[in-house]
Amino acid sequence: MLEHHPDLTASVIYGLGWLYLLLFLMNTLWVWRSYHHDGEVKMFGQGVPVASFWALYAAMLGMVATAHLTGSDNPQMFLLRMPDAFKSAVDSVSGPVSFFSLSVGLFVAVILLREWIVKPTVGWILLNASLIFLALSMTDYDFRQIVGKPDNVPIVAMLFICAFFTWLSFACAVENDQRKAAGKPLYSQEKNEKILVWPDLVYSELICMVLVTALLVAWGIVLQAPLEEPASSAKTPNPSKAPWYFLGLQEMLVYYDPWMAGVVLPSMILVGLMAIPYIDFNKLGNGYYTFNERKFAISTFLFGFLPLWVAMIVLGTFLRGPNWNFFGPYEFWDVHKLELLNNVNVSEWFWYKVMNTKMPVAPAGSDPGTQAGYILLREWLGLLLTFAYLAVLPPLMAVTIFRKFFVKMGFIRFMVLSNLILFMASLPIKMVLRWSFNLKYIVAIPEWFFNI
Amino acid sequence: MSVGDYIRGSQIWKSIFRHPAPVDRRNRVVVMLTNFFLHLHPVSIKQQGIALSYTWCMGGITFFLFLVETITGVLLMFYYRPTLQFAFNDILALRDVTTLGIMREIHRWAAHAMVITVWLHMYRVFLTGSYKPPREFNWVIGVLLLVLTLLLSFTGYLLPWDQLAIWAITVGSNMARATPFLGYEGPGAQLLNIGGFDLITNGSDARFLLLGGRFVGEGTLNRFYILHCVAIPLVVALLIAIHFWRVRKDGGISQPL
Repeated sequence: MLEHHPDLTASVIYGLGWLYLLLFLMNTLWVWRSYHHDGEVKMFGQGVPVASFWALYAAMLGMVATAHLTGSDNPQMFLLRMPDAFKSAVDSVSGPVSFFSLSVGLFVAVILLREWIVKPTVGWILLNASLIFLALSMTDYDFRQIVGKPDNVPIVAMLFICAFFTWLSFACAVENDQRKAAGKPLYSQEKNEKILVWPDLVYSELICMVLVTALLVAWGIVLQAPLEEPASSAKTPNPSKAPWYFLGLQEMLVYYDPWMAGVVLPSMILVGLMAIPYIDFNKLGNGYYTFNERKFAISTFLFGFLPLWVAMIVLGTFLRGPNWNFFGPYEFWDVHKLELLNNVNVSEWFWYKVMNTKMPVAPAGSDPGTQAGYILLREWLGLLLTFAYLAVLPPLMAVTIFRKFFVKMGFIRFMVLSNLILFMASLPIKMVLRWSFNLKYIVAIPEWFFNI
Repeated sequence: MSVGDYIRGSQIWKSIFRHPAPVDRRNRVVVMLTNFFLHLHPVSIKQQGIALSYTWCMGGITFFLFLVETITGVLLMFYYRPTLQFAFNDILALRDVTTLGIMREIHRWAAHAMVITVWLHMYRVFLTGSYKPPREFNWVIGVLLLVLTLLLSFTGYLLPWDQLAIWAITVGSNMARATPFLGYEGPGAQLLNIGGFDLITNGSDARFLLLGGRFVGEGTLNRFYILHCVAIPLVVALLIAIHFWRVRKDGGISQPL
């Protein structure tokens, strides 16, 4: 492939220098913390402070920062960059399937390994690893084009912020759960006297407002708000994307038609959010962080928020290019990339493959009732499957896996809960069906705009 | 007597603040009760209820960002004219020539930040179980505020009237065309006809209502401008007031009850 653009320029190297300098300073502080908290390890028969390893790492970062800030005569020859072998390996394995599997895998790992992940040292290593990954990736031209778009910067920030707060909430939850298990009072019940709002709360609010204002002004100075060419209804950009917070919904258009992805499923998300307080019958965990006391509620909510909302926004923003094709993080957004779409409907599979015959078609000129009858006959299997999913599964769940829930919740609450769960699950189910069987529609009635 | 003491002793100062400086316990209580802006707060609060690692401060930051948006938004309204002739050029001038054109940057970045802080606020409220009785309905109001925040951001996205704006709104509003029964390409819309005359066409469906036209045009710009600057902020302000009032009435900031 032709190299149109340089991966590295002097200004990119210089900018990354500041990032490495920040990492160096962060880790210098960490050395100090480690010296006071982490103790020693036995090496060569004598104790070596753990902090000395962090000091070595920080020193290395300091040298890397210096190398970037002092620059190079020939940016193209600069050595510190993401290796091409790594980039092409990542591009070749990345796709919707591996991305979704990775995000779900991470979600499961965070929940299962929570007691290990919440250790400060583990959290710190993960933060360092992700920042260094980001810094190295910025040495790639195509990666920089997408991540560096002004409107995409908040999404990168959001990723780190979401990861941090998930980590923090698990740290509090694990601590509370361990205290409960040991029969001790919650963290929040110790040192919990009443204090006056002036000055303790009013001043922290003031400080917070000052910091947010400073951040916004600095952000506004460093990064200009995007303004493209004047609007023209004749020139459709490719890809055309909705505002970033709706890109998870736009990504759902790959699997569902607009009436589902754009109207029904978003409405179900909102109805489901509003219904949460009325279907969560668990009285525990009111006003403190916990995981063990609310395993089902928290896992379900986190699954909806992290892999199905945040990760889908990341996918829609960074990895979907022209024609909504998937592109790896280091891949050039080629308008001419072709992806074969050879998906089949349940009805096509049933009539062509199983029955080995033609689809039933109403005779030309027949009245609307007859036509509707033929359409329903054509799609009978998909309609039956959909009906079974929404009407047969809830009672089946009530007597099996959700038996305890059903007993405690009563009929109406349980039906609301089970239908919400089924709607939420309908997205990953359709994804898996698409990837494994090339399934297009379960029910395909384009005559009525009714495709599921 | 110092100048400061003279001012604080004057009739004007006392008529505004009604009590001495909040330097002792009594006046720290009184200031919370007599100041309009501070009376949103209780007088005293549980220490752990306001611990940063517990609240993350996200609800407060969201409210502050709403105020930033209001102030910068009003300043931008003095300058920006929502017509096809002027919209783009006014934004261009804000970028290139206007003094304090940085208001547009602050407005846009604060809008992005507000979407994120609303999510994080809900995330914290969920993880601490703060929607549980008696606070169920305040969570519902919070979800409505989430929707309105997204709609505020969405309607504002169109106003620069550049390629980014109209195509993002086109993609987003195309969904409305597929609304069941109410969109002309939605399932069930064909059923709504009287004697073979369709009630739902591309000139009468949900998308037309949203855009004020069959495509994103002058009518849309005007409609989104009014929604963005007047209609939605008014509703948001009302809901914020109810949201805060209920926080107080439902036992203050979330803590074990």
